[in-house]
Amino acid sequence: MGEQKTVEDFANWLRDLAVTLHENAAYLTELDSAIGDADHGTNMDRGFTAIVAVLDETTFESVDELLKKAGMTLVSKVGGASGPLYGTFFLRFGTALAGAEITPASVGAALKAGIGGILTRGKPELGDKTMYDAWAPALEAYDGAVAGGSDLGGALAAAAEAAAKGRDATIPLVARKGRASYLGERSAGHQDPGATSTTLLLESAARTLA
Amino acid sequence: MGFMKKLINDPADVVSEALRGMEAAHPDHIRVDHENRIVYRKDAPKAGKVGLISGGGSGHEPMHGGFVGLGMLDAACAGEVFTSPVPDQMMAATKEVDAGAGVLHIVKNYTGDVMNFEMAAELAAAEAGTEVLSVVTDDDVAVQDSLYTAGRRGVGVTVLLEKLVGAAAEEGRPLQEIADLAKRINDNGRSMGMALTSCTVPAAGKPTFELAENEMEVGIGIHGEPGRQRLPLAPAKDIAALLVDPVVGDLPYQQGDTVIAFMNGMGGTPLIELYLMYNEVRQLLDRAGITVARSLVGNYITSLEMAGCSVTLLKVDDELVRLWDAPVNTPGLRWRA
Repeated sequence: MGEQKTVEDFANWLRDLAVTLHENAAYLTELDSAIGDADHGTNMDRGFTAIVAVLDETTFESVDELLKKAGMTLVSKVGGASGPLYGTFFLRFGTALAGAEITPASVGAALKAGIGGILTRGKPELGDKTMYDAWAPALEAYDGAVAGGSDLGGALAAAAEAAAKGRDATIPLVARKGRASYLGERSAGHQDPGATSTTLLLESAARTLA
Repeated sequence: MGFMKKLINDPADVVSEALRGMEAAHPDHIRVDHENRIVYRKDAPKAGKVGLISGGGSGHEPMHGGFVGLGMLDAACAGEVFTSPVPDQMMAATKEVDAGAGVLHIVKNYTGDVMNFEMAAELAAAEAGTEVLSVVTDDDVAVQDSLYTAGRRGVGVTVLLEKLVGAAAEEGRPLQEIADLAKRINDNGRSMGMALTSCTVPAAGKPTFELAENEMEVGIGIHGEPGRQRLPLAPAKDIAALLVDPVVGDLPYQQGDTVIAFMNGMGGTPLIELYLMYNEVRQLLDRAGITVARSLVGNYITSLEMAGCSVTLLKVDDELVRLWDAPVNTPGLRWRA
């Protein structure tokens, strides 16, 4: 099942994600301009730039310490809705991995805990046109892959693929949460920026934790 | 892509440099914690007084930093342009202005603002000490308050609430009473806005939406987000009716009611047009038999350089009129008793 992933592997994921979000900042902001307030790319870029600064100056002993620090950094640096949502995701994701061996199953349980944090904070339902529309199918695909004997990389790849489908499925939806919901019917026909950044996060994980 | 024509140096430095200018311009009213981006009332904390904190994304000036001072806020947390501040800021401000009487958080109903203030309240509870209550403003009738939206946005009533609650806090009233008053003010206020142009978030570099020369957006918020409806441009009297009718019909405000009427500019509309619009609004209210006890006309809760306006009505009684008339001395709003 491949070698056990280390704290360096997870740090590399965060670094890769920072580069990805920086490259996609203008794109995410453009998506947000259509149905939101034109700051999603800028905010995510600022948050992950801060995470990289923390990685550069801190040595982490464990994966959970690393992920919790990433979560706290997002809460402290991002603001908006994406700060508390992604911040809470990483906090819970990290907390769930405390003392655990990194296995496809433990990462799956941690993903579930992280997504649970997003549910608590944002109270989204499937089809509200939010990041949850990418997270929910991703978790289902991940669990399915693990049940089928997949290793971590394979399960993450399945999750990323499902997230991308969920992201694309947000296009025709009418938003029921967040600023896009103010638009009513006019929010239909636009891809959700949060579901887009969630897909980038999972694609990066699949690349770096394979 | 359009060319961004703004008086800025670097888009990343807009908020911090504006805060420096604000502090330099109003040394008698405020001091600024630049690291945490918090505007404090110069003499905060005031012994025995409930601390009033608000905050939100920048780009709405003078709200909120311009409403810090005697008779209004004790602290305002500034986020990036149109982005909620973070819990660390609210925590720092809460600790700083707590004079033993507790702290009220005044939060506009936006997903991000509510989440960040909630996290700050949770962290404050965990660290123990300060008693914190909060009020969430949600007065924008352009948004249906239903399970299918994030709820109504907090807009113009926030300005009126900060003034009125500020006066009550100045009288030394206890926290629960202040929070109840804030809730009552929010419940009796309604707003509706419109835009003639979009606005450009400095970090985005181009207008958030495009409007043709003969179009307007009705039902906008304060973040350059598109509104509910795009309509052909119309004369001021028709626009006034488009704003006043849904506001009056929503509470509803009835014949014989007394209100504070607030004609707010979105940042890019000159005062002459706001007064012209206020004249139209006033005639509609007169016709509806609604008495205007006090009025406020000007750019107070803005959306960068957006042209347009919003109308806010707040139903008032004698107590609220008295609180409105109480002295206020902030960078953005000042009068003597």
